[in-house]
Amino acid sequence: MSGLSTSIADLARTPLVVALGLILALLVLGELLSPGFASASQIMRLLIVASILGVVAAGQNLVILGGREGIDLSVGGVVSLSAVIAGNMMQGSDAGIIPAILACLATGAFFGLLNGLGVTLLRIPPLIMTLGMLGVLQGLLVVVRSGIPSGLAAPGLARFVTQPFLFGVPGMIWLWGAIGVLMALLLRRTLFGYRVYAIGSNETAARMAGVPADLIRVSLFVFSGMFAAVAGFCIIGYSGSSFSNVGAQYMLASIIAVVLGGTPLSGGKGGYTGTMAGAVLLILLQSILTTLNIEEAGRQFAFGATLLVLMLFYGRGKALRG
Amino acid sequence: MSLPSHAMPHQRSVFERFPFIPALGILAVLLLLNGIAEPNSMSFGAITGLTKTYLALMFLAVAQSLVVFSSDIDLSVGAILSLVNVVVVVLIERLGGGADAVLLSCLVGVLVGTLAGVFNGFVVVGLRLQPIVATFATGIVFTGLALWVLPVAGMPVPQSFWRTYGGRICDIPFVFYVVAALGLLIWLTVRTKYIIQLMAVGDNRLAAYQSGLPVTRIRIKAFALCGMLSAVAALCIIGDTASGDPVVGNAMTLYSVAAVVLGGTALSGGSGSMLGSAIGALIIGLINSFVFFAGVSSEWQNFAQGVAVLVALMAGVLITRRISK
Repeated sequence: MSGLSTSIADLARTPLVVALGLILALLVLGELLSPGFASASQIMRLLIVASILGVVAAGQNLVILGGREGIDLSVGGVVSLSAVIAGNMMQGSDAGIIPAILACLATGAFFGLLNGLGVTLLRIPPLIMTLGMLGVLQGLLVVVRSGIPSGLAAPGLARFVTQPFLFGVPGMIWLWGAIGVLMALLLRRTLFGYRVYAIGSNETAARMAGVPADLIRVSLFVFSGMFAAVAGFCIIGYSGSSFSNVGAQYMLASIIAVVLGGTPLSGGKGGYTGTMAGAVLLILLQSILTTLNIEEAGRQFAFGATLLVLMLFYGRGKALRG
Repeated sequence: MSLPSHAMPHQRSVFERFPFIPALGILAVLLLLNGIAEPNSMSFGAITGLTKTYLALMFLAVAQSLVVFSSDIDLSVGAILSLVNVVVVVLIERLGGGADAVLLSCLVGVLVGTLAGVFNGFVVVGLRLQPIVATFATGIVFTGLALWVLPVAGMPVPQSFWRTYGGRICDIPFVFYVVAALGLLIWLTVRTKYIIQLMAVGDNRLAAYQSGLPVTRIRIKAFALCGMLSAVAALCIIGDTASGDPVVGNAMTLYSVAAVVLGGTALSGGSGSMLGSAIGALIIGLINSFVFFAGVSSEWQNFAQGVAVLVALMAGVLITRRISK
């Protein structure tokens, strides 16, 4: 009997369970505040927005899991840049989809590689390396945008992101689900995944056990760049055309989604399933605040305050007096 | 081969004692480059203009470095700056815009900044949340408050305010007095017992706690001082822009972190230099002006600035590490 109650208490402390519970509570709250909030079409729309954040957060999650203060502040820059590149290459034609996605992936991988090499070869702290890279990417965004008229999404991409694709669910959400499954398999069922956790929890021990820590860490940054690129590519399918610095909002939001999903910034534990819930939670919260029809000031205030309260549920630090 | 400690006491090298020396070197090179690219950029007037523009970032960087010393980080400094900016501007307007109204409003502004810092300290240290995400969240709260105080940018400040900031006293530009005051503040702060305790906390929090230091109080105080100096940065911004803007500082947060790193302070805490952070802010300013004077075409300017800042950041980290080995 007491065994059962402790296991229930443990379960209630699992970040994923907490996040799912909060999601449910927010949905109920949203429905009460504004009937129709939790309707299927609204939830679908919400999931599309969450899926874009979720894809960025997948890369962020990997980098953070790898430890050694792993963080990627440049994801927002990659999102913006690849959105513009995608728009300029598609120019509203389906024939441009394949070249555009390839160009985006190459861009993301390239900047991820630069980040990874700076962090491993030169041992620049990730926060500094990716902060500097963000500046470079924002500069590049100005270059790429000027001269070329802002591009248009291919109709096929826009349909994939926004219109029902299979069983009434848009392709974007299927894509996110597939990424979720692949991430779970990658992290829990492959040698690569074990090694990510190994370097994240104790890099010295992992190195002694023969784990090529630098190679793994570089690939985590490359993944992060590529996931951000995919998100940028999908954003233009959602919004139709590229607009200025659309990715900026994803930088810290992706980190918050990871943290709300139960992966601490110190790395080495956690996983992507929680992050997905974290992304939904974040978007849901923003959406509720939008429906409340209060002015910008109150919305920002409430958003920040709620984030603080939510963080109290997750991984608070240890007290010094142990 | 290690010698007994009494035979060869640990001598701190000049670089260890003055971690800002590499930054000073980069600053000198940039001044030279600016002078070569455009001799006029080294004129007294041009230097005054540069100082006027980047004084706020200097204060913000010094503010950030205090928190970084204790191995924390404050991503809300820009939002605090914005909040203080609008509070001061609106208060001056409400109080009638006289000289005492300006002074009183500035004092209130500094108080607001300090309170915001204390709140950050409470959230990060008291509630034990991770500083990166927690101060990002408090930053959103501060932005909300700033938007509540002044929803849209625009309210002007009385002429006396920006005339003083941009003017001269005894033929010396006012901003240089502020720079001197900042220098004096740094000079005084590094001589306090507090800064040694702060470094001890940043170097090894548990060891500091076990040796009896009031770690919680020391860290919260760092956040409070950070908020206070961010408020002073807000006053500089008002002097420069002469109006209120609820999001004026938000983009400056990441620059303050960059300036700290450029100044030779490691984000891991425990060592570093406030003077270096102020120099780091000037380095960012000089990089921007050099890219401009070097004739980079306008669409490539941001890119060139970004690359130069990244290279300077990397160089700063590598040089600092080489020296501390």
